[in-house]
Amino acid sequence: MSNAEQNTIERTAIDVDIACVGFGPAMGGFLTTLSRKLLKEDGTPAIESTSMPGMPLQVICYERADDIGFGVSGVVTRAGGIRATFPDLDPAQIPMAAPVSSEKLVYLLDPTGASRRSFALRTGDRFLKTFRRFLPVKHDALELPFTPSFLHKKDGLVLSIGQFNQWVGSQLMLSGTVQIWPGMPVSEALIEDKKVLGVRLLDQGVDKGGNPEAGFTPGMDIHSALTVVGDGPVGAVSRDIDRRVGLPEGNDVREWAVGMKFVIELRPDVDLQPGTVLHTFGFPEPEMFGFFYVHPGNVASVGIFVPSWFDCPTRTAYRYLQHYIQHPYLWRYLEGGKLRSWGAKSLQESGKRGEPFLAGDGYARIGESSGSTNALTGSGVDEAWTTGSLLAEGVIELLQAGKPFTRENLAQAYEQRRRNSWLENEAHVAEKSRDGFQSGVVTGLIGMAAAAFSNGRLSLGGHPAKPTEHLKSLAEFYRGKFTQQEITAVEQDCALHGTSAHNPLMDLCGWPAIPFDGTLLVSHQDVLLMGGKVQAAGGYADHVVFRDLEVCRGCGNKLCVEMCSGQAITRSLEGVPIFDREKCVFCGACMWNCPETVDGQTNLQFRAGAGGLHSAEN
Amino acid sequence: MSTPFQVVVCASVVPDPLQTLEPITGPTGPALKNEMMLPAILDPWAAHALYEGANLVKKVAGSSLWLVSMAPKAKLQQVMMTVAQKVPLQLVAVDGPSSGFADAQQTASALAAAIRNIPGIDLSKLLLFGGWESASRSAGVTLQLVGEELGIVDQFQGVDAITPKDDGSFEVLERIEGARHQVSRCAGAPAVLGWATGSLGEPQNNPQVGMANMRTIMPALQRAVAAKITSDGLQYSNVATPKHQRETRIVKNVPADDIAKEIVQWIGQE
Repeated sequence: MSNAEQNTIERTAIDVDIACVGFGPAMGGFLTTLSRKLLKEDGTPAIESTSMPGMPLQVICYERADDIGFGVSGVVTRAGGIRATFPDLDPAQIPMAAPVSSEKLVYLLDPTGASRRSFALRTGDRFLKTFRRFLPVKHDALELPFTPSFLHKKDGLVLSIGQFNQWVGSQLMLSGTVQIWPGMPVSEALIEDKKVLGVRLLDQGVDKGGNPEAGFTPGMDIHSALTVVGDGPVGAVSRDIDRRVGLPEGNDVREWAVGMKFVIELRPDVDLQPGTVLHTFGFPEPEMFGFFYVHPGNVASVGIFVPSWFDCPTRTAYRYLQHYIQHPYLWRYLEGGKLRSWGAKSLQESGKRGEPFLAGDGYARIGESSGSTNALTGSGVDEAWTTGSLLAEGVIELLQAGKPFTRENLAQAYEQRRRNSWLENEAHVAEKSRDGFQSGVVTGLIGMAAAAFSNGRLSLGGHPAKPTEHLKSLAEFYRGKFTQQEITAVEQDCALHGTSAHNPLMDLCGWPAIPFDGTLLVSHQDVLLMGGKVQAAGGYADHVVFRDLEVCRGCGNKLCVEMCSGQAITRSLEGVPIFDREKCVFCGACMWNCPETVDGQTNLQFRAGAGGLHSAEN
Repeated sequence: MSTPFQVVVCASVVPDPLQTLEPITGPTGPALKNEMMLPAILDPWAAHALYEGANLVKKVAGSSLWLVSMAPKAKLQQVMMTVAQKVPLQLVAVDGPSSGFADAQQTASALAAAIRNIPGIDLSKLLLFGGWESASRSAGVTLQLVGEELGIVDQFQGVDAITPKDDGSFEVLERIEGARHQVSRCAGAPAVLGWATGSLGEPQNNPQVGMANMRTIMPALQRAVAAKITSDGLQYSNVATPKHQRETRIVKNVPADDIAKEIVQWIGQE
């Protein structure tokens, strides 16, 4: 259905006071702080609704996923903002939470010989292997004697974001002051002259193409005085606002990563303390940072980040994650373990340079889509929480003063708070800290250290390129390794079988075959079901749409296929990609990996949709 | 004109079946590992009963719908986030276990007591709906016991349809062997109907319905009465999840008949 057709449909509209889009840590921070001021001591409402006079303030949150516990993240966090909200927080109240008990930074050598390493890294590796008897090199890894202060999560928490969100949500619902509705995707913002008037919910009862079928229910329009947008790094509403309102001059979102993780039940004999934190780098590819966090109950979250500056034309996550967990340093703990969960998400790592307008007439932005993730400290949850909490303080101030939610009022009540907070200070330090990675991994690591220890005054490298700007063709990237004929043979075979090119190319590069065991090392399709419990209810349109299939046909790399976390996008014999919404985990990697544009927008459209991960353990 | 019914749906809360379920032995008997962590849903069979109940209430003027559910309050509240968006209902919350290991008789007594205490309830107009078994343990007896405690002798199980007549009677289709239905005519309420799947699809999420329901759901949760459920006199000799095997193959352009034949053959293997 076209936009024009959409706008002719008669829709039910309801009025609320505050419409919230997305329920994650940012919205958790917003609603928790807000809800505490909505009741007087005697339990009666403190603020009357203007949308429903006589009723308490109507604060309604619409979450896309089928449950508020289905989010995905690492997580290890300093939790400063979270603890400020919950001063008496006892981690034991939150399933899978543990205080950080130990932390190490580990450089992983390459045990396979297949990893692409620069001359500098290869030299360094050779040195380490030669002198391993005299250095703390064991299990093909070097444990650094320190964790840099910018990375350290001392006094922090290891969490499952799903369990944390569930815990926060249940307390909010108990308060009775706010409502949270999962399984309610929001399609777009209602905007008039750059003023946000509310949101529109996604149409239900439509076919893949969005055309009405029997049981068609047009998405409701929710009119609100304030729309709080916290729908994550690839949220449809935040991107809709960015597109229609624009970004501050000079700002652009161009630094991304896909984070992908397993939750693994460890063997009974593995004796790791809950709260053990390992930060890794160096393997499976030098560009990929990794993590290993131990939860109570002998369970670990293990994962990697595949960044946008990893310029491989067939970059991917799942295969690399399987190699990561088999690294000897980690495998000694993980071998024989059982897969409990799996998930993936995009991380928006542009920080201050990707910041949108934090507030406007009728709306405010919080969380990762507002640029809160800190790529230097490697943290986002506490930052997101704090943005929400700061907004709530501002909103309460405006409500109590009876002031409208105008751009000026929100700038003063929210934006100013944020600029004066630790968030802003740390964001400035992080702003250019990763620029060095545009020139290489070693430069990038040096650049991070330089930025951190100079409080952001020093940095290496220039402005980051767009995620697909420096991508080479397969022939260029693999020059010297394979011939063009070999590459063409792989591409043709992949098109015939609808498979990605990264597996056969990684095999040819010398990456060992994955020894599937059906318990921990499982196929990509199996992990969707066994780990992610991925599913999608019928009656919704495809949310990944290719605007011009001829453009797709001409696209050489089909990076959307390679990077798709759920193998939801596959190749076809006709040369165009096919999307299966029942496999999509809403990571959004396809969106930022599309190199083609049509009318100024990426050819691959990532819209609002329903379904996805159904695991509450990520 | 049809006589109005008072439809009470008994629905348990069960762990989302997609999650990893592991029985363990706790201090009071069998339990599910990390049960409070697991996302929960309304029992699927009972959910069908709820949708059918809502449909019946819409068709027969003056009828009312209650949802009576026993679960830990926090779990029930979580489930209501989804269920409350589906159909207009009035919640009667009973604070108790939902692991599936509670004694069916004790559970039935708690539910029956909650039903008797519904303000304005008239047992002579009662249609007691529920699933014909639950997805947690599939004992398939709780609903019948609730009916017996309430003195209801007309009981139907495996129901797929109810058709009300103008004289207050109704026709019920119950599943029998051979993929057929037995047609019964009941003179009127009260009756117990343990539903199979019915014929209605799951209603779409409707925020207006949700917001209207929330006004009564939160107070209902706050009023939840604790159920007296003990493990006295109940002993489980063994608890295990159903054995399952999986094999995944991806094929293209294979006829559906061939796939079906291969699956049948696979099922028949040891």
